[in-house]
Amino acid sequence: MSAVVTKPLVTPVEPAKEPGNFLTHTSGFLSWALTLDHKRIGLMYLVGVMASFLLGGVLALIVRAHLFYADGAFLTLKQYNQIFTLHGAVMVFLFIIPSVPAALGNFLLPIMLGAKDVAFPRLNLSSFYLWVGGAIFFLVAMLTTGLDTGWTFYTPYSLETTGPVVLATLGVFILGFSSIFTGLNFIVTINTMRPPGMTWFRMPLLLWAIYSTSIIQVLATPVLGITMLLLIAERFLGIGIFDPKLNGDPVTYQHFFWFYSHPAVYIMILPAMGIISELMSVHSHKGIFGYRMIAYSSVAIALFGFLVWGHHMFTSGMANVTTIVFSALTFTVSIPSAIKVFNWLFTMYKGTVSLTTPMLYALAFMFLFTIGGLTGLPLGALSIDRHFHDTYFVVAHFHYVMMGGTLVAFLGGIFHWWPKMVGKMYNELGGQISAGIVFVGFNLTFLPQFVLGTRGMPRRYATYVPEFEFLHQLSTYGAFLLGIGLFVALGVLIDSLIRGKKAPTNPWGGATLEWVCSSPPPHDNFSKPPVVGDPYDFRGLEYDAREGGYVRRK
Amino acid sequence: MMFLLADQNKTFWFPEQASTFAPEVDWFFLAVTYISLAFFVLIVGFMVYFMYAYRERPGYKGSPEALHNNALEIGWTVVPTIIAVWIFYRGTIGFLDMMTIPSDTRDVQVVAKKWAWSFGYPNGVVDNELHLVVNEPAKMIMRSDDVLHSLFVPAFRAKCDVVPGRYATMWFEPTKTGTYDLFCSEYCGDQHSKMAAKVVVHTKEEYDAWFAKAQIPPSDPVEYGKLLYAKTMGCASCHSVDGSKIVGPSFKGTWGGEVALASGGTVPFDENYVRESVLNPQAKSRSGYEKASLMPSYQGRLKEEQISALIAYMKSLKSE
Ligand code: HEC
Ligand SMILES: [Cu+2]
Ligand SMILES: [Cu+2]
Repeated sequence: MSAVVTKPLVTPVEPAKEPGNFLTHTSGFLSWALTLDHKRIGLMYLVGVMASFLLGGVLALIVRAHLFYADGAFLTLKQYNQIFTLHGAVMVFLFIIPSVPAALGNFLLPIMLGAKDVAFPRLNLSSFYLWVGGAIFFLVAMLTTGLDTGWTFYTPYSLETTGPVVLATLGVFILGFSSIFTGLNFIVTINTMRPPGMTWFRMPLLLWAIYSTSIIQVLATPVLGITMLLLIAERFLGIGIFDPKLNGDPVTYQHFFWFYSHPAVYIMILPAMGIISELMSVHSHKGIFGYRMIAYSSVAIALFGFLVWGHHMFTSGMANVTTIVFSALTFTVSIPSAIKVFNWLFTMYKGTVSLTTPMLYALAFMFLFTIGGLTGLPLGALSIDRHFHDTYFVVAHFHYVMMGGTLVAFLGGIFHWWPKMVGKMYNELGGQISAGIVFVGFNLTFLPQFVLGTRGMPRRYATYVPEFEFLHQLSTYGAFLLGIGLFVALGVLIDSLIRGKKAPTNPWGGATLEWVCSSPPPHDNFSKPPVVGDPYDFRGLEYDAREGGYVRRK
Repeated sequence: MMFLLADQNKTFWFPEQASTFAPEVDWFFLAVTYISLAFFVLIVGFMVYFMYAYRERPGYKGSPEALHNNALEIGWTVVPTIIAVWIFYRGTIGFLDMMTIPSDTRDVQVVAKKWAWSFGYPNGVVDNELHLVVNEPAKMIMRSDDVLHSLFVPAFRAKCDVVPGRYATMWFEPTKTGTYDLFCSEYCGDQHSKMAAKVVVHTKEEYDAWFAKAQIPPSDPVEYGKLLYAKTMGCASCHSVDGSKIVGPSFKGTWGGEVALASGGTVPFDENYVRESVLNPQAKSRSGYEKASLMPSYQGRLKEEQISALIAYMKSLKSE
């Protein structure tokens, strides 16, 4: 790799009278398209990720609208299968996995670290283009020919369907490389570029979370690549590993697939947990409760996460012993997650809690993620899972974790760092209203699905028996309400770009380094090397009405 | 109070309890749910209280301290761990019961194929409904002819994937007569959501009566063909008889006409064409169906007189 490890800027530069920022530093299309600035790359990712989310969300609404009636409202069976496949694949591969690490992480990681950029800026840009390329490839493949295997590509169906499995899996393969490069970059950056004074235990918890995530990305994603290549080889060459007609075993494919895709669940949720650690402490104006426990539990989750993939296959006919071992390991993951929730909760204790938009999203996360986590318990219990496996209970459970967890944390994070990213304040009331609608809409969508599941409604059904109709209709109403809430959030953000007040340096009173840079940050992040302190030391941070934000009094 | 509800027939959470597994699953789920609910109320209760008590307001200043409490932190690690161990343990016990097949079972040969179930009983009786005797354990010996499927009977709280290339076995003991839903719960393509069947739980006498009747095929070939078409062989899951297209073409009024082939040209839709289509479906393909999911071959699964009966039935569709 030819990229040079950039050291944090050491020469102190006197701030100019009207300091430029990274947005105005240079202009023109190429200055963005060829930028090596992690902040611009982060913003470009943000736009891409949000566009994917819009697409995935519209597909979700189509699915929900169709399920309004037991016989299906307007899609054929095949169309329905294609649309739920597209919804899942877009949300997983194009939205949730890159959302927090690639978009927010890229923007924040170097600044929080007090560095000028990531370790390999060119690699960073190339992962962005890999992502764009992979995304286009993937979408074109899926949209032109209609993939209908579900996002899991289970064999042998994926070997015999006429859909474009090979093209789509190649797309996933390319996206995987993007993910690996980003992870690698972040690991090297955190290991080598921390300024003097920033020890591991003085790192903001978001960085711990991203670090753990990056480790998973680097270790697990190659397995996905291998799986996809094997699938392609099986389809073209008939190597006889997954295809029962050639003495292969479809369950082997499931092992391969979930060996990546279960850790991927933690790629999706860990960074979100990192965001929540920041939001809970900054908006309670109090240090995080049990810093070390949260940091260690991130690492524990990353490690245990590698050992539990079998719980996706409890009914696939694995040996009893294997099944029982996977069940036991699954329960071990629940403990570090529980610890985190309690620590976040007690971060509020004796703090000064301001119910800003980011905080409301964080509190919504606490509520939803707790439900998501607790409903994992019956699914991990083997006897109950015989009944719940592949039903709507599972669907509701993972939407509470992935959407109520990751998406809500991501939104909270965007509202939290928006003033820093674009230099504008948004309408606070508007933001709070969006959080309220999202919260109500979300619960209305997915609470009924738990009951559908316990009553025996299988997932991935285009039509269903009439007795489930009422609960499905509730869920559909909820989905549209949720959609409205998300559009309100988008409206508030766009509105801020047009009419928003100029953001102060530190609007919320955060103590991590990004709140030391101006909003938006200058091209080089720090004009002089920042003084590294405790990231959760809120003493002396006081609101200054003239600034419109917080300043640190010595 | 909810524990009482679980003993009734149909609860807020669950469908009827119709097998020996059901009470265990329901009871255990409710227990886990109430423990979870207790935690949830505790967490949300604290959350709401903290939101209120420590809210930002003029004249109030929180303390930035209070960052540790060893007793508390150990407490909330140990208590959830103990509960998790218990849930794991109970779940495993229940699971082992479900996996231990009794020796004196009634065996049913289950074949899953896109998108129909067929259930095989002694003396070559095949039906598209699962017939069981109440209070007698039954074992399913399952195979798939194409992709993954999964047999799921919500009222029995039982489910098992059917993986092609090997036999999967599961058992259950129905405890209540009646008719229940059976679903396919593993995604298997276009008509996954239509791949349902009925489970009929009989008393012993009813079952014997049904079995005696099922053993004698109808003497009228059209009737026999219809039975094979709609029930035993599952042709109806791909071919309608009312003109609508499912996966394959409909056979309404097709008999005696000409069929346009994908390779160009036409063939008469007659006895030989049907025979060839059933035994060697890929030999000729109707135009417009080149990309349709392939029809399975019935070579070795249909006897000669059964093919004749099917032909007789298809002929009869013309006159309707
Ligand atoms: C999995 C779905 C499926 C099942 C089950 C199925 N078929 Fe088919 N069948 C098809 C498809 C698709 C075609 C059209 C493609 C072709 O001709 O190969 C077809 C074609 C045919 C044709 C030729 C029709 C024409 O007009 O070209 C006949 C006759 C036929 N099937 C009879 C049967 C009979 C009898 C059964 C039950 C024993 C049956 N099929 C079961 C899918 C199915
Ligand atoms: Cu099926
Ligand atoms: Cu299915």
